[in-house]
Amino acid sequence: MNVHNAAQEEEIVEMSYAEAIRDALDIALTTDERVVLMGEDIGVYGGAFQVTGDLVHKHGADRVLDTPISELGGAGVAVGAAATGLRPVFEFQFSDFAMLAMEQICNQAAKMRYMLGGAVSVPLVMRFPAGSGTGAAAQHSQSLEAWLGHVPGLKVVQPSTPRDAKGMLLRALEDPDPVMVFEHKLLYKTKGMVPTGHYTTSLDKAEIRRQGTDVTIVASSVMVQRSLEAAEFLAGDGISAEVIDLRSVRPIDRHTIVESVKKTTRLICVYEGVKTLGVGAEISAMVAESEAFDFLDAPIIRLGGAEAPMPYNPDLEKAAVPQVDNIVSSASQLCRGQL
Amino acid sequence: MSKSKKANTPFAIANYERQQLVEALRRMYLIRKFEEGAEDSYMRGLIHGTMHLSIGQEASAVGSCMPLAPDDQITSTHRGHGHCIAKDADIAMMFAEFFGKETGYCKGRGGSMHIADVEKGNLGANGIVGGGIPIAVGAALTAKTLKTGKVVLCFFGDGANNEGAFHEALNMASIWKLPVVFVCENNKYGMSTSTERSTAVANIADRAAAYSMPGKTVDGNDFSAVCEAVNEAVEHARSGHGPSLVENVTYRWRGHSKSDRNRYRTKEEIGEWMERDPIKSFAAELEDHGIMTADEIQALEADVNRQIETAIEFAKASPDPSPSDVTRDVYTEAAQ
Ligand SMILES: Cc1ncc(C[n+]2csc(CCOP(=O)(O)OP(=O)(O)O)c2C)c(N)n1
Ligand SMILES: [Mg+2]
Repeated sequence: MNVHNAAQEEEIVEMSYAEAIRDALDIALTTDERVVLMGEDIGVYGGAFQVTGDLVHKHGADRVLDTPISELGGAGVAVGAAATGLRPVFEFQFSDFAMLAMEQICNQAAKMRYMLGGAVSVPLVMRFPAGSGTGAAAQHSQSLEAWLGHVPGLKVVQPSTPRDAKGMLLRALEDPDPVMVFEHKLLYKTKGMVPTGHYTTSLDKAEIRRQGTDVTIVASSVMVQRSLEAAEFLAGDGISAEVIDLRSVRPIDRHTIVESVKKTTRLICVYEGVKTLGVGAEISAMVAESEAFDFLDAPIIRLGGAEAPMPYNPDLEKAAVPQVDNIVSSASQLCRGQL
Repeated sequence: MSKSKKANTPFAIANYERQQLVEALRRMYLIRKFEEGAEDSYMRGLIHGTMHLSIGQEASAVGSCMPLAPDDQITSTHRGHGHCIAKDADIAMMFAEFFGKETGYCKGRGGSMHIADVEKGNLGANGIVGGGIPIAVGAALTAKTLKTGKVVLCFFGDGANNEGAFHEALNMASIWKLPVVFVCENNKYGMSTSTERSTAVANIADRAAAYSMPGKTVDGNDFSAVCEAVNEAVEHARSGHGPSLVENVTYRWRGHSKSDRNRYRTKEEIGEWMERDPIKSFAAELEDHGIMTADEIQALEADVNRQIETAIEFAKASPDPSPSDVTRDVYTEAAQ
């Protein structure tokens, strides 16, 4: 199961996802002088999604550093700082703006260690407020985890609960390599029970959120909650769905997924990124290549984002990403042999 | 460092010890002969890929690194062999890298375009034009935040000064007053495109004004002039006053890379610049000021030649990496 460092857990309190991240950042800033936060308007403004909040007042403007609107340069400064002894946490205001910094993320941060034959490590954490559902349209709503997941040298995670958001961020801050953390904007206000104090959660393990026997649903980020809701409906219909929270896109926890599919014999991948060449394509291929292939009783289904830029109209926006109904109907068709 | 001993004495002669000056000349010869050796090995098929030679630019590399302390850091470029040697790299490990060997600086994973020597403070050449500029600023942020006292020197070309990364990085270095020195090696061309055709200002150092930092254009083939300008910039940075931009005007004698058919420069232009050999003029200066005799200079050159031969032998005899290690060092910790 998951590595929660229980020894240091003090008590468990309710926190929002954003508060849990802020708590992790606060602990890191307090205990490690090498940690600096960098990003646009993360100081007195508190961050576009109020994740850094008031941290600048507690830790000062040298540790909670407002950058100019310079994604490429800012990311590069974070890379250089990480390679020379700091532990920067770089916040993109919206994950979409990371496209301006792809050169530093993919050509520099991801490759520096390898190109130099192991002579350096780049302990860089980047945070990406991602996803749709806020009416922000095509340039402020994307899910780019598969883009970065394609790059060896990066680790890419998508915590779906406040508890994981904090534990995985604290673990990322101990990691010697670049860790990209995708935070769905719809999750920021969701609440959950979170241990106070320092604990870490592994970056490479999926988590079974609900046990089941008829179909495996591998979901990521905000799709985990939707899949759990779908599973509840399906249970009323006599279908027992197992819901796996993927949590990490690179590396993908092959073992947990393959074992589940061997048990349930059916697989649905649910993710918000564009369906084609996305995370679900990788999971499907991984299962098709595995010993679980012989166990499959039905075709694999991918429920992913539409093959379109994210639209503005609320109904269109909903139609562009998987919803609970889509998961329910796909799973029932699959389990009734209608596919 | 004592201030100018004699009026009209070149800065370097007046301010550095004999042994430092001899070492500077030795490094300039090492760069020239290392690159000639690399070129020769390439022709013989011992090195694959491509490479970017800096022959003709040696005074810029060595003069810029001269004012640095051993643990100061640099970022380098695709034309980075000279920077690496100027920062005191071991040429045997450099050759081994070019030959793709496990004993090379990057264990054969990087080659010429990623040559680095992190222990000596060289954070690496870069295959991306302008890629190292923000990274240098990040290293300077580390120096300032952790109060290490280090200065970071960032090499880049005239071509790189038109990248967005240049603008973003110089602006940040300036607003945060970071200890970084930007050294533009203006060799007049980015591949085939001249600065006249690519760059809206007459001198790249003019752009310093846009970032409220000192900017200076110097003769990049004059070792002492480079030392003086960079020294001032290093002292400015070390004393907490922030970044500067120094432009070393120089020239590469060879083509851009191995694919260059030389369709954009005249023989005359190349010839004129070869007349202004930075190594010859520095050697003459040392002789004129009684620092070294002609015999001593010859002996130094011969010594460098022997060192090159030994280094190439080391590279040839070194083991290749094992194909089974192709994914080693992608991550710091091996996957379970
Ligand atoms: C981002 C990027 N664009 C283009 C190239 C191809 N390229 C490699 S070196 C070079 C010229 C660079 O000119 P300059 O910065 O003046 O350096 P020089 O080669 O003259 O030393 C070009 C276009 C590259 N490596 N990276
Ligand atoms: Mg050039």
